[in-house]
Amino acid sequence: MKTYYYDHCASTPMSPTVIETMSDVMKLHYANPSALHRSGAEAMRLAERARSSIADKMGANPKEVIFTSGGTESNNLAIKGSVNKVTRESKHVITTAIEHASVYESVRQLEALGIHTTILAVDQQGKVNPEDVEKAIRKDTVLVSVMHVNNETGVIQPIQEIGAIVSKHPHVRFHVDGVQAIGKVPFSWKEWGVHLYSGSAHKFGGPKGVGFLLAKEGTELASLLNGGEQEFGMRSGTLNVPGVVAMAQALRITLENREDRRMKMYAMRHRLLEIVAEIPELLINGVPTDVTDNAAPHVVNFSYPGMRPEVMIHMLEKHGILASTQSACSSKSLQPSRVLLAMGQDADRASGSIRISFGDEHTKEDIEILGDRLKMVVDKLKPLERKP
Amino acid sequence: MNYDLIIVRFGEITIKGRNRNRFEAMLLLQIQSALKDFPALSYVRGYARVYIHLNGEDYGLVAARLKDIFGIMSFSPVASAPQELESIQKCALEIMRTVDPAPKTFKVSVKRGWKQFPHDSLEMNHLIGSYVLRHCPELKVDVRKPEVELKVDIQHKETYLYCEVEKGAGGFPLGMNGKAMLLLSGGIDSPVAGWMAMKKGLKIEAVHFHSYPFTSEQAKEKVVTLAQRLAYYGGKIRLHLVPFTDIQTKLAQSGHDSLIITLMRRSMLKITERLAERSGALAIVSGDSLGQVASQTLGSMNVIGRSSSLPLLRPLVMMDKQEIIDYAVKINTFETSILPFEDCCTLFVPKSPATNPDLRIVERVEAHLGEQFDRLIDDAVEGTETVLLTETGVPGASKQREDEWF
Repeated sequence: MKTYYYDHCASTPMSPTVIETMSDVMKLHYANPSALHRSGAEAMRLAERARSSIADKMGANPKEVIFTSGGTESNNLAIKGSVNKVTRESKHVITTAIEHASVYESVRQLEALGIHTTILAVDQQGKVNPEDVEKAIRKDTVLVSVMHVNNETGVIQPIQEIGAIVSKHPHVRFHVDGVQAIGKVPFSWKEWGVHLYSGSAHKFGGPKGVGFLLAKEGTELASLLNGGEQEFGMRSGTLNVPGVVAMAQALRITLENREDRRMKMYAMRHRLLEIVAEIPELLINGVPTDVTDNAAPHVVNFSYPGMRPEVMIHMLEKHGILASTQSACSSKSLQPSRVLLAMGQDADRASGSIRISFGDEHTKEDIEILGDRLKMVVDKLKPLERKP
Repeated sequence: MNYDLIIVRFGEITIKGRNRNRFEAMLLLQIQSALKDFPALSYVRGYARVYIHLNGEDYGLVAARLKDIFGIMSFSPVASAPQELESIQKCALEIMRTVDPAPKTFKVSVKRGWKQFPHDSLEMNHLIGSYVLRHCPELKVDVRKPEVELKVDIQHKETYLYCEVEKGAGGFPLGMNGKAMLLLSGGIDSPVAGWMAMKKGLKIEAVHFHSYPFTSEQAKEKVVTLAQRLAYYGGKIRLHLVPFTDIQTKLAQSGHDSLIITLMRRSMLKITERLAERSGALAIVSGDSLGQVASQTLGSMNVIGRSSSLPLLRPLVMMDKQEIIDYAVKINTFETSILPFEDCCTLFVPKSPATNPDLRIVERVEAHLGEQFDRLIDDAVEGTETVLLTETGVPGASKQREDEWF
């Protein structure tokens, strides 16, 4: 039986071209880019070319691109690096209740160290209200961190509006976790007043273990990793040359014909939402409409109240469908989803959510097959529902 | 504010008599080539100026590129309004409101090229001025010394309005004054000297001396980066990489420690002169600044300069170090220049280099080194590697495989 991979939010398949590039660079440019000899210089030149290419695609200048090991590190660096750079006594950080764990837990850790924090609530659709950000900003606020696209529900946050608010307060920095947004929704971070923007290669067809943090010129950060002072002194560690080259290529590919591909994905999402709506047992989480400004094109999240999600996941897998409960990294915790709880869902619904996320390799026909199997699985599980 | 047009005014070339036409055509070509990333632009040549129609391209991005093109004196973003009084008034107000910081005084100058327009220019001055005044109570008219002059040009099909005048880079169009060789070391001064030479209309080819293995690959990379930056201003740039190791080690063993720098510099000029001959260049540009280091004292300049018969142009000769640094920051070469890689001149530096070398002694040492030394110079010229650089790298197919990776 053919297996359908519907877990693009967790990680995307790498295109054969990018794999080939990465392996070529591994073969040819194994030297340490910080080394003095010709091979080292070549490797460095290649990494710098990757930096320029990524900068160009992301509307940054090359000095604003810091290579990291991925989204988690980028988020940690943006948050802790910003807070630790400020020496004053009283510091305050604002974030939301629906952030990815790498943001949320970083803020929680700072909180334990005595930093003041405000965790903003979201509405039922999972959106932050920009006015809440305005109200939360204080004299000692260092940083506002809001994700661009939510990794569980695909809901797009009003980054531009929040950016306009933060811009009115020159002492506050704005960090955006863009890991799920890159290649999926259009944006111009700098014009929107964003100072720091995180990205991760394996969410857009690149390899795991490499990502970047865009840091607007003049945005200084305290480093988390100390050592050889690579990456403008903000991130020590031998530069992952094959990784960054492959990431640059994957980013280029993912941004080619982005509009057409985005619309194709919105059409698939629309159809999948229709199918899920026809199954009375399933409840859609997040933004159920087709309005493209509100939700990313590649995610659908629904709950099956009364059914443990891992049962659904295993049943779907038996029928060739790979999906996740909430986010892949919290799949195994069996706790209710923090994101869905924040959206005001009860524990039952928040514990039973399934996330379907797709990409370029999927077609409309695939979505029909997915729909048929969803119906079949729900039919089979129906007698096993636990009524509260 | 939505602009439709840019008026670009040419600088000094307009006074060049019969050659003006040729130079203007040259400058237009250079503008088009620098703005090739904006395919929607269209160009119309006027007297001593060119009109660039934006056709939807972003004014800010075009302006940023335009500022770095030599030969342009100034330019203005222009908005257009339909041939109707109210639209013209509204457009005028909108333009006045975008001026930052907000001016206290202004005046309106109307030119009515299309005489069929119902109001003449005097009436229009009044109609537009009073409309703007009504909406901006803090603004006053000053016809003698206004902070802002709002120009209104009524043409046959549309009316053009503008008030901002942005300063251009000035100078002459590149290549108008011929070609010169630039001694490019990798330090702070030589890229600035190159930029100034280009500004004055000189096409340049860069010459770099490297002493691998005494200098590193990175030192060479650094020079390539600097040359690329110069290529941003000057289109494509040829970079000559001269192997200097043999000459340098020979001189180091000659037993005239205090004269090494003088001797090195003289051989560099000799080699550059030979390369200039091949390239058809008529001068050598260097980043010398009077008194900066031992080789740049008047005494040294005298002895070193005599080794070549080409004119030696030293744009920085009377400038202070800080002024030079300011330029380097402005043209975006400073950060690269201060990277800590040794170039060939910092090697074998004697403890006390001669600040006032004796020409007769220097010539005697050279004569003593004899034919063998001439051969080393021949070898260096022969072994010179030349690369053609654009602002983004090496054009052509040599790095094809790498290109596939990106």
